[in-house]
Amino acid sequence: MDNLLSIVTFLPALAALILALFLRGGDKAADRNAKWLALIATSATFLISLFILAQFDRNDIGFQMVESADWLLGLQYKMGVDGISVLFVMLTTFIMPLVIAASWNVSTRVKEYMIAFLLLETLMLGVFMALDLVLFYLFFEAGLIPMFLIIGIWGGKERIYASFKFFLYTFLGSVLMLVAMVAMASNAGTTDIPTLMLHEFSSATFSILGIPVVGGLQTMLFLAFFASFAVKMPMWPVHTWLPDAHVQAPTAGSVVLASILLKMGGYGFLRFSLPMFPVGSEVLTPLVLWMSAIAIVYTSLVALVQEDMKKLIAYSSVAHMGYVTMGIFAGNQQGIDGAIFQMLSHGFVSGALFLCVGVIYDRMHTRDIDAYGGLVNRMPAYAMIFMFFTMANVGLPGTSGFVGEFLTLVGIFQTNTWVAAVATSGVILSAAYALWLYRRVVMGDLIKESLRTIKDMTRREKLIFAPLIAMTIWLGIYPAPILDRIGPSVEALVSNYDTALAAADSATQVADNAAPAAEH
Amino acid sequence: MIQADLNVILPEILVAVFAMLALVGAVYTEKDKVAPLLVWATSGLFIALAIWIGASGQGETRVVFNGLFVDDAFSRFAKVVILLSSAAVLLMSQDYMSRRGLLRFEYPVLVALSAVGMMVMVSAGDLMTLYMGLELQSLALYVVAALRRDSVRSTEAGLKYFVLGALSSGLLLYGASLTYGYAGTTLFSGIVQTVKAGELSVGLLFGLVFLISGLAFKVSAVPFHMWTPDVYEGAPTPVTAFFATAPKVAAMGLMARLLHDAFGGAVGEWSQVIALISVLSMFLGGFAAIGQTNIKRLMAYSSIAHMGFALMGLAAGTALGVQAMLIYMTIYVTMNVGTFAFILSMERDGQPVTDIKALNMYSKKEPGRALAMLVLMFSLAGVPPLVGFFGKLYVLRAAYDAGLAWLAVAGVVASVIGAFYYLRVVFYMYFGSESDEGLDAGGSPVLLAFLMVSAFVMVAGVVNLFGIEGAAASAAATLVN
Repeated sequence: MDNLLSIVTFLPALAALILALFLRGGDKAADRNAKWLALIATSATFLISLFILAQFDRNDIGFQMVESADWLLGLQYKMGVDGISVLFVMLTTFIMPLVIAASWNVSTRVKEYMIAFLLLETLMLGVFMALDLVLFYLFFEAGLIPMFLIIGIWGGKERIYASFKFFLYTFLGSVLMLVAMVAMASNAGTTDIPTLMLHEFSSATFSILGIPVVGGLQTMLFLAFFASFAVKMPMWPVHTWLPDAHVQAPTAGSVVLASILLKMGGYGFLRFSLPMFPVGSEVLTPLVLWMSAIAIVYTSLVALVQEDMKKLIAYSSVAHMGYVTMGIFAGNQQGIDGAIFQMLSHGFVSGALFLCVGVIYDRMHTRDIDAYGGLVNRMPAYAMIFMFFTMANVGLPGTSGFVGEFLTLVGIFQTNTWVAAVATSGVILSAAYALWLYRRVVMGDLIKESLRTIKDMTRREKLIFAPLIAMTIWLGIYPAPILDRIGPSVEALVSNYDTALAAADSATQVADNAAPAAEH
Repeated sequence: MIQADLNVILPEILVAVFAMLALVGAVYTEKDKVAPLLVWATSGLFIALAIWIGASGQGETRVVFNGLFVDDAFSRFAKVVILLSSAAVLLMSQDYMSRRGLLRFEYPVLVALSAVGMMVMVSAGDLMTLYMGLELQSLALYVVAALRRDSVRSTEAGLKYFVLGALSSGLLLYGASLTYGYAGTTLFSGIVQTVKAGELSVGLLFGLVFLISGLAFKVSAVPFHMWTPDVYEGAPTPVTAFFATAPKVAAMGLMARLLHDAFGGAVGEWSQVIALISVLSMFLGGFAAIGQTNIKRLMAYSSIAHMGFALMGLAAGTALGVQAMLIYMTIYVTMNVGTFAFILSMERDGQPVTDIKALNMYSKKEPGRALAMLVLMFSLAGVPPLVGFFGKLYVLRAAYDAGLAWLAVAGVVASVIGAFYYLRVVFYMYFGSESDEGLDAGGSPVLLAFLMVSAFVMVAGVVNLFGIEGAAASAAATLVN
């Protein structure tokens, strides 16, 4: 199959189109059909995407299964995967059927709901596969539309505020990236990502309004991309949209947001910032590292005082993404391996945690931590599963959370010990807020009158969690299959990064030596 | 010789003769009863001419009447857009106007006359042709703005438009006379020889600025935009739809032609001015629309912001810039036709409604229409993968390549502000609560067709923009050497 990637990407969109055109909505039967069609489509996408994994050659560091066709304005429709992106593709196709299954209780506008999620899947897959700048931007931005609607239509009480904040925040970040992309296309004469990764953008210092910009064009481009990815990630201090969006989004929306959408920022750093603007990255690395360290400690502290379960997990997501940016900008093999691993692991764990909140929210229609307590008495299975993912969130050895956190800390320790020291304290804090949440919700006596009749998880709910548990344990005790696949690509990325920096260094030295000579 | 010259302006002659015959014919027959027929005939003529112009004279440039009139790829591109959008607006108006007793036979005649003016504008090769075309177009528009004679708002709109339009014509004429005085000719081809970069005489500079001011009024760019919201709100909605589409293309085309054909040697001088009014328009259009509750006023500010973007392409002063401007205007017109088709169908108990709040939960009642409107709103906001995004991409590329990176950054920031009010429309249609009464369901099939086609174009255009890229490129190439 020559166009396997396109098939996987557009299969959900095709299902959405069928839903939109041929399914008459309204009654119960139509709703059920919509749910089943969405579930079948996402499952089929997952199964077909397994072929991508099977065909993927782990020793090839370049882009594989590439397809390209001419588009307008000298752009290309070009798709491909490498070791960095292939697992994000798999994560997306893996999570989506679970998300659909978790939405079985949705009762308002079921057809539109399913269409929104199916379109979102296509757009998310496109982000990870696009090999053309503008094509990437197109998928990246277009994802805002369905997510805006998902939060705004099916969200909670403050959904309007949250959806607008989500859209405008991320839109502002992204349009600056668009200008940077235009600048890159203009400078390099192409929008082809593999070519751009080899292109050396000017790093000569220039000044804007009298302020010298070290790293020149590269720094400017880096900052523009940073504006977009940092918001998407989200990094402190531009994370404030995330708690609002998470709290107001329906459960499935939160899961997609936490599991996949947040990973686009990290993926963007690895695909664009490091390989294309090495000098700019190096110049701003201290800034990014300290922002990450602050994120880890500060948002963990904020998580401690949250009254709303979803908000707590949202803040914990920000903290965990702090490890990711820290690992990426450590700029070495362990750090980046760890960052990718952490993103995948977080995809399973935080998604599962939001599902856990969804389970009790469906029963009690509140997310207030105070409204719960002693659930273990009525819901033993739920208590088990929630505990498992709480532990994974803390990074208990044996779960996937540990591997990623450990690798990023190893990576950062080699480059910046102080940041590593600050970040490590975050591990303790994360244990504090996660375990305290668990204690308040699950442990103790069941004294709340309203909880007396709460029912344990249904078989459907247990089935949704089963694959997530399996993946978390598997990646925790045997991470080699993942690291083997991302390893070669990351190695190439790191060595290109180091070479580019060395070249830029020697170029500056030559220039520095030449300057005094010229004065004489 | 004259025969060949007349052949070139045959489309304009046809429309003019048609308009006059229609006028006389209608007066001597049944007056307003033939109006629907006239509407169909006029739009039929427009479409036929658009096809003819589009298919004829591939790539050749013909300058006739001693340089007064230029027929080239650029003018043909603009004319096709002008004629097709005018035809679309006419077809959309018919049902709306006849049900309200507004459909007088003068309406299609005036639209046809203004179309002649617009066609002359984009083909102008001389300051006099420029003024002739502009005034013919404007006079017809002043009258249609006041079409609803018994409505205070409509007459006020017409009068306001007329007074301010006369002022801008004055500015334009003053600029033209200065230019003539210092260049010694009114021919663009003559002016361009005296205008050299860096050594522009003060008189010519003032002439240039006044000419730009006069034209900026016609495209409703800041600071000459004040008339737009009031006229848009006061005029009958079909007329507003017309204002928002074809005349904007014509004025923008005329501006490009004047700046490149006559002042092409002094790009550096006018590029600054255009960049300034571009950035002002984008920001004012974005900020001022936030508080609007009337969808027609909202569209007025939206058009100001969009003109800012189109001017960004023009500010680049390159062939890519003109190409970007043409593509932007084509996309803009398509989006506006669809949006106004929707606005025209907004009714409650048969009465037109323009309050955005009336859209509350419209998606429940009319999922198809609401979805189409959603697509158009996101496209107007410039969110990919919709076609509106590509318009922005082209102008950004042109601006950046011309060294106007600051303008590109300002533009995208303004587009985020603008996104807010487009989202607000979506918010009312989808997120509202079902409390008060909404709009009537259903509506004219013609409007539905325009809405759906426009929305479809916004989605399907992502494949190759329906091939307008190449046409716009060759159009721009004839203008910029």
